[in-house]
Amino acid sequence: MKRHDVVLIGGGHNGLVAACYLQRAGLDVLVLEKNAWVGGAATSRDTGTGVTFSNCSYVCSLFRPEIMRDLELPRHGLQVIAYEGGVVFTEDGDYLAAYRDHDAHRREIARFSPRDAEAYETYARDVTRQCRFIQPLLMRTAPDPVSLKPRDIGELLWLARRFGNFTAEEMAATARFWTMSIADFLDEYFETEVLKAYLAISGIIGTALGPMSPGTAYVLLHHYMGEVDGSVGAWGYARGGMGAVTQALASSFRASGGTIRTDAAVEKVLTRGGRATGVVLDSGEEVAARRVVSNADVKRTFLKLVEPADLPEPFLHRVRQFKMRGSSGKLNIALDGMPEFPALPEGCRCTMGDMHFSDSIERLERGYDDWKAGRWSADPFLDMMIPTQLDPTMAPPGQHFMSCFVQYCPPKVEGRDWTDADRDAFAETVVSQIADYSPGFRDRIIGMEVRTPRELEAEVGLTEGNIFQGELTFDQLLFNRPVPGYAQYRSPIPGLYICGSSTHPGGGVMGAPGRNAAREILRDMRLSPKEMRPAHDVL
Amino acid sequence: MTSCDAIVIGGGHNGLTTATVLAKSGRKVMLFEAAEALCASMQTVEIAPGYRTSALSHLVNRLAPEVIRATGLDTACLNRTPAPTVTLGAGEPVVLRGGYGETLDGVSAEEALAFAAFRQKLMAQAAILGRFLTRRPPLPGEITRKDLLPLTTTGLALLRGGRGAARELMRMLLTNVADAADEHLCDDRLRGLMAFDATLGSHMGPRSPGSLLGLYYRLTGSANGIPGAQIVPLGGMGALATAFTAAAERAGVTLRPGTPVARIEAVQGRATGVTLADGTLVQAPVVVSAVHPATTFLQLVDRAEIGTGLTRAFRRHRSRGNVAKLHLALSRVPGFTGVAEADHAGRIVLARSTDHVETAFNPAKYAEFSPDPAMEVVLPSLGQPEMAAEGCTLSALVQFAPYALRGGWAAGKAKLLETILARLEAHAPGLRETIVFADLLPPPEIEARFALPGGHWHHGEMTADQLLFNRPVHAAAGYRTPLDGLWLASAGSHPGGGISGLPGLNAAREILEARP
Repeated sequence: MKRHDVVLIGGGHNGLVAACYLQRAGLDVLVLEKNAWVGGAATSRDTGTGVTFSNCSYVCSLFRPEIMRDLELPRHGLQVIAYEGGVVFTEDGDYLAAYRDHDAHRREIARFSPRDAEAYETYARDVTRQCRFIQPLLMRTAPDPVSLKPRDIGELLWLARRFGNFTAEEMAATARFWTMSIADFLDEYFETEVLKAYLAISGIIGTALGPMSPGTAYVLLHHYMGEVDGSVGAWGYARGGMGAVTQALASSFRASGGTIRTDAAVEKVLTRGGRATGVVLDSGEEVAARRVVSNADVKRTFLKLVEPADLPEPFLHRVRQFKMRGSSGKLNIALDGMPEFPALPEGCRCTMGDMHFSDSIERLERGYDDWKAGRWSADPFLDMMIPTQLDPTMAPPGQHFMSCFVQYCPPKVEGRDWTDADRDAFAETVVSQIADYSPGFRDRIIGMEVRTPRELEAEVGLTEGNIFQGELTFDQLLFNRPVPGYAQYRSPIPGLYICGSSTHPGGGVMGAPGRNAAREILRDMRLSPKEMRPAHDVL
Repeated sequence: MTSCDAIVIGGGHNGLTTATVLAKSGRKVMLFEAAEALCASMQTVEIAPGYRTSALSHLVNRLAPEVIRATGLDTACLNRTPAPTVTLGAGEPVVLRGGYGETLDGVSAEEALAFAAFRQKLMAQAAILGRFLTRRPPLPGEITRKDLLPLTTTGLALLRGGRGAARELMRMLLTNVADAADEHLCDDRLRGLMAFDATLGSHMGPRSPGSLLGLYYRLTGSANGIPGAQIVPLGGMGALATAFTAAAERAGVTLRPGTPVARIEAVQGRATGVTLADGTLVQAPVVVSAVHPATTFLQLVDRAEIGTGLTRAFRRHRSRGNVAKLHLALSRVPGFTGVAEADHAGRIVLARSTDHVETAFNPAKYAEFSPDPAMEVVLPSLGQPEMAAEGCTLSALVQFAPYALRGGWAAGKAKLLETILARLEAHAPGLRETIVFADLLPPPEIEARFALPGGHWHHGEMTADQLLFNRPVHAAAGYRTPLDGLWLASAGSHPGGGISGLPGLNAAREILEARP
């Protein structure tokens, strides 16, 4: 039986990033994917409507540019189209638009409050400063603060020095920023409720917290650190849908000699003498490897794929307690024409970006209260996009793909599993909210894919449908992610690694966990990561 | 014009502590308090003829031994057995005895073991964190050799427990109390109690990240040397107020109650004294403000002296209370269902579960009060006939009740009172018919009665972003202020609120060190 150097479980974007780097370092890597396609939560598929959907993740910005260059993704077909703007529709029939153009954006905010237009400059500067601090941490392994290894101590000193470059005031501001709620943070700058509601969404997307929960200001950074073509903070659509990211990764991986097997679901990780030796597929086939890397989330990896007897009980306990509560759902809608939004002036470019209907922090927070009670929100917030305005490759002429990210949506409905009827009722809530602002919307729908945490878990394998493979709260970040003492991509089983978003620095189509994991694996194999160029500060 | 070595503004227990410690070091100290009484929020007041109770705080659970020593405080009123905590859920109560449940009544043997393990873990962690309470917080950019010693010993204490314990503390530190309790316990009544204690007095629900800090803070306290214990003082909190006042008098502090300070005088970035409301100028090289920090900087100091940055920082300083205080005079001692007669002398907590406390918090986010509030009830007159010759007084802290109620408190107060009484009646049938007098203080009334801006008895939210070097705000952390010679010593400074006296003591020590 052939023995691979590395077998990688799960062909999501982080798994493919790790696979590419390992393959390029001269290893023989096999990627096993349970679905018939690779991509995990970054896929584009036509589910029978004639329109291609970005089925799960839907926008691109966080993906690290170093990785794009290292792995030559543009050459393998990845193209990111920066989009412009966004809009929040207000209940009174007005709207607040956002534009890429600085002056236009300022003018639009000034329409509500000249003071807020001024404050926006300060706000942008302060957030950028926080990003500048956090960004270099993304591409580094989180040091273990209680370890006495020279490497951990060196890394801690590096961090301390970096933090030491701040003035005392900046340090204090950073400590506040990391621990406060996005609602309080925005209150310090702005007076316009709808503007706060627009900005607050970045603090709660994908998170099982409300905008008034402490710690959500930090989540904001996760959505501000991105860039498109060097334009910091910009967001874009991957041409052809988010599957283009993983297709390019797969193509790059194959070009360097790697093998991908789809429809190959891993049943168990094999161990011998306490070491990972390979995997067994659900067909019973065994695949031998010197090292096993799992792109599945921490719960799936250690509670389903590994024999409990192979793991120490305290570790298992921590994995069981790891918080992975899903908070979102998604509707992918095929439309036979561009929906109309009468509130907007003719030809407003703000529909090219993210569209929301939640015009106050209170409405967002009340949605979270629904989630806590185990219900999907009757007044959900939507992050709605129509990428086909900029990317004509996804739909036939005249038709459109609309992506509706929906929050809050609990992993279980009042304690019981989701049913098809629940799913349909959930979809109806969302569609009726859109129809309130877009007359005739229902008649334009030619197809729809509805995903609750149940569907996300079944298809992508995200436990409880958590899109970040684990909540981004302080107790689950940095050296605590996913398990204190095991935050460096290794596991208690020698030869078994994890590389998904359950690890530092967490979720989003970023690729950083995959790259960091590859670096640690290469270190253990005493190989140099020569194809890995140093991370750079963009800001 | 008068002059002295140090002026203390505000005669709360922290102001008295600072004044006493400074006076004991030989300085001539004058203390000005606007109200007629010192320690207004700790008075024992007569709410109805023959009925006496504690005005705001009603338990002693964190008075620091260092403060007792440094001020020579007479603690005779605390010579009592620690009071138990009774937590009432849907069924039978759970009773925690000794220091925060050293022994438990009313839970399964299995749950008692789980609680003992969790309690021990929290106590050990709180003991490590508690090292930071009795001194100036480490200030970033100004870590001195003095800071390194406690930082190092804390690090060693962390590691002494083993790497696993150190990691566990770093993971749990900023987690929420709901998840922490769920991980360790199964009994809803115990989880509800911890959720209540962790969030009492703050604008947080048990699911808010960082809410476990509130419980740690609570467990850093001790009473009569027992960590986590609580005492209902003999004679009400007023007896302790008297003790603080007597200690200051003994030390030679000139106490001037009923003397409001109009402004803090400053020349070229240096505080030089105060002007009283009657126009008298009092000069001193040291001015200590032991009133709410926002009052200090937004009302007493000339804005031109401190600059817009600090003014802005105080405008966004979060200090809005979420608790209402209830006083009842009852014609006889109420009987809470299932609670043994002797346990009525303890603290009775009505918090059914974590979800109950969280659901009670939800409306507070939208400036509404909860239709099903959680509360802590104390019967301070039990066993003390001088507090209520006939019948009984009841003192309760009710959360959550927001400072700025939608629709206003004028209309809301009666509704909240009705809600609370209905809850009490459900647990103590017949209580309503024995009510002689009832008084509910929502946060704005706490604000007015005790000069506590926002009605927040911690002088500012005790959330992670307003602690340590960010308490009250970064520029005024560590008791010093941007105005030379002006110091802060209220609960708004590190380590925070509660009847501990530590902000006052730490401030006095910093002042003495700066001017030997």
